[in-house]
Amino acid sequence: MHIVVCVKQVPDTKVIKINPKTNTLDRRGVPSILNPYDTHAVQEAVHLKQQYGGKVSVLSMGPPQATAVIKKSIEIGADEGYLISDRAFAGADTLATSYALTKALEKISKTSPIDMVFCGKHAIDGDTGQVGPGIAKRLDIPPITNISAITKVTKDYVELQRKLQDGYAYIRSTLPCLITIEKEINEIEYASFPNMLKAVHFQPVVWSVDHLENVDRKQLGLKGSPTVVGKMFAPPKQEGGHRLEGTPEEQVKQLVEVLKDKQDLFHVNKS
Amino acid sequence: MSEQHRGIWVFAEVNDGTIAGVSLELLGVGRVLADKLDVPLAGVLLGENITPLSEQLIHYGADEVYVIDDPVLKDYRTEPFLAGMGKLARMYVPEIILYGATPNGKDIASAIATDLKTGLTADCTMLDVNVEKRLLEASRPAFGGNIMATILCKKHRPQMATVRPKVMKSLPADPARKGTVIEEKLQMKEEEIRTKVLEIIKGPGKSVDLEGADVIVCGGKGMGDEQGFQLIHQLADTIGASVGGTRDAVEAGWLSHDHQVGQTGETVTPKIYFAIGVSGAIQHTVGMKNSEMIIAINKDPDAPIFDIATYGMVGDAREILPVMIKAFDERLRENEVVSHA
Ligand SMILES: Cc1cc2nc3c(=O)[nH]c(=O)nc-3n(C[C@H](O)[C@H](O)[C@H](O)COP(=O)(O)OP(=O)(O)OC[C@H]3O[C@@H](n4cnc5c(N)ncnc54)[C@H](O)[C@@H]3O)c2cc1C
Ligand SMILES: Nc1ncnc2c1ncn2[C@@H]1O[C@H](COP(=O)(O)O)[C@@H](O)[C@H]1O
Repeated sequence: MHIVVCVKQVPDTKVIKINPKTNTLDRRGVPSILNPYDTHAVQEAVHLKQQYGGKVSVLSMGPPQATAVIKKSIEIGADEGYLISDRAFAGADTLATSYALTKALEKISKTSPIDMVFCGKHAIDGDTGQVGPGIAKRLDIPPITNISAITKVTKDYVELQRKLQDGYAYIRSTLPCLITIEKEINEIEYASFPNMLKAVHFQPVVWSVDHLENVDRKQLGLKGSPTVVGKMFAPPKQEGGHRLEGTPEEQVKQLVEVLKDKQDLFHVNKS
Repeated sequence: MSEQHRGIWVFAEVNDGTIAGVSLELLGVGRVLADKLDVPLAGVLLGENITPLSEQLIHYGADEVYVIDDPVLKDYRTEPFLAGMGKLARMYVPEIILYGATPNGKDIASAIATDLKTGLTADCTMLDVNVEKRLLEASRPAFGGNIMATILCKKHRPQMATVRPKVMKSLPADPARKGTVIEEKLQMKEEEIRTKVLEIIKGPGKSVDLEGADVIVCGGKGMGDEQGFQLIHQLADTIGASVGGTRDAVEAGWLSHDHQVGQTGETVTPKIYFAIGVSGAIQHTVGMKNSEMIIAINKDPDAPIFDIATYGMVGDAREILPVMIKAFDERLRENEVVSHA
């Protein structure tokens, strides 16, 4: 079984700040991390490898620094790493990203056929979740999104638990297929010492556009991206409501008064 | 892109034979956009035995409904739904297609965008059109803080967006509205489809009921630590409310991810929402700002949460909450005694 996990390097959005005067991002000192959903995807692929044999490769598109997230994947237990890196990829939206990643996946599968492609449910910077289904469409394999458990794997098919708005669907899909991973699928384990050592020295295979085959350059990067950012603006200010004044006791008293006619919404805890 | 692309479509998501709320909300905003552009608004219905639902889409604002009623569309699967939507979009060339940002809506939208090689903007919270340029202006919170970005798709059609549930408003149903139903067929056999739905289990997946809750007590990073966060649980217990959290509270490990409210969590519209130690970042407020009443406690008088709070209490939550819990507790017990007498 050969699983390829698409992994993205993202800014740690927890520490990004906006400059309120200019409405621009302040990226100074913002660390980059492996997209959390992709971390779970790599972990899941490694679990499957341990159970069923085979190997796990990871693929990333990004600047040379993105090597860091490939090394991180090696720590978790991935075997091989590929980085596609070229100015021509820069500025890609989800359509152009899925195109470039698909070209790399096609090249990988030539030497080592792929049974499953894993993506994260979404990347925490862009938050779209559009790249995975896009790759599946381009590779003409079924996409199954929002996977919270892989319940059975055979040579020809997999059975999956897919998270819905209000419950779960159990799905069987033929292989190869592409799935996108939810966080609840597993717990991230501590990296083993040998894997950590391996990661330190690991160098991914790096491909530029010229290494990929049958590429239509018009579909790459900024040129290949139908969407553009029109403008950035502060969200419309809303009228703030009423301020309650005074000591905590006084404020609470006013609140209790305000909520008098809403008390049927409250239920006394009987326990 | 061509001049032929005309009309606004809404993908009508059907679960258990009923149209999802978000699809009706999209018809509400779609109606406004269609009137501005002076084009028809259409609903797109795919499923098995769903043709009768066309009327409901018309009552909620659609002028036309495109229907493919076929047994292979019984439960949602990407392959047959993509085939159906792709066929309709190629035949009738709409200029805008809107989808709910639900698991299925996002799935189908992503697949269609790649199929039609067009742009798709995810998780929008505001929509408008530039009439002169016939451009959809799809706005969404952008990464990292209190900022919105408007995304445009200038040269490709259709322009597409997924929209968060519960941020748009549906129109009141008008049973007198008339519209046209256009039925098409899907030439796809079950054997050709590579995925099967074995079973669907409703409900039990959600251990936390935020969506249906009348009252939510949401705690943020301002609660300080896990122990401080216990006050949130105590207040919720006292008044029988559900507990929510900001992403920062979830990431601090104070409660599990299914409690998260906001852009990457749940969108909620309770009757009362307590936001305590919550700054009011846009990624949080998009998920709760349509609550009927918002009560905020924050020690920073300039915290953005006060801009949307119905009642704002400036102060230390760790001081205010014990007083509040005691007051509610007494009040409710009094009432109970009365009602049992
Ligand atoms: C792509 C993306 C998606 C996101 N999705 C979500 C999401 O779904 N949901 C979400 O919530 N966030 C989300 N965020 C994060 C969001 O931007 C904010 O960082 C987060 O909501 C802030 O959480 P907070 O209000 O708990 O913490 P803070 O912003 O740290 O605010 C804490 C507040 O508590 C107040 N405070 C401190 N001490 C006290 C005290 N003793 N008493 C009273 N008040 C006190 C402070 O004045 C402050 O206003 C997302 C971010 C990104 C980039
Ligand atoms: N530049 C990239 N390199 C590798 N994988 C990516 C990249 N961008 C997106 N992905 C994959 O697609 C998933 C969804 O990303 P997105 O559609 O941007 O939310 C991520 O979790 C990754 O698995």
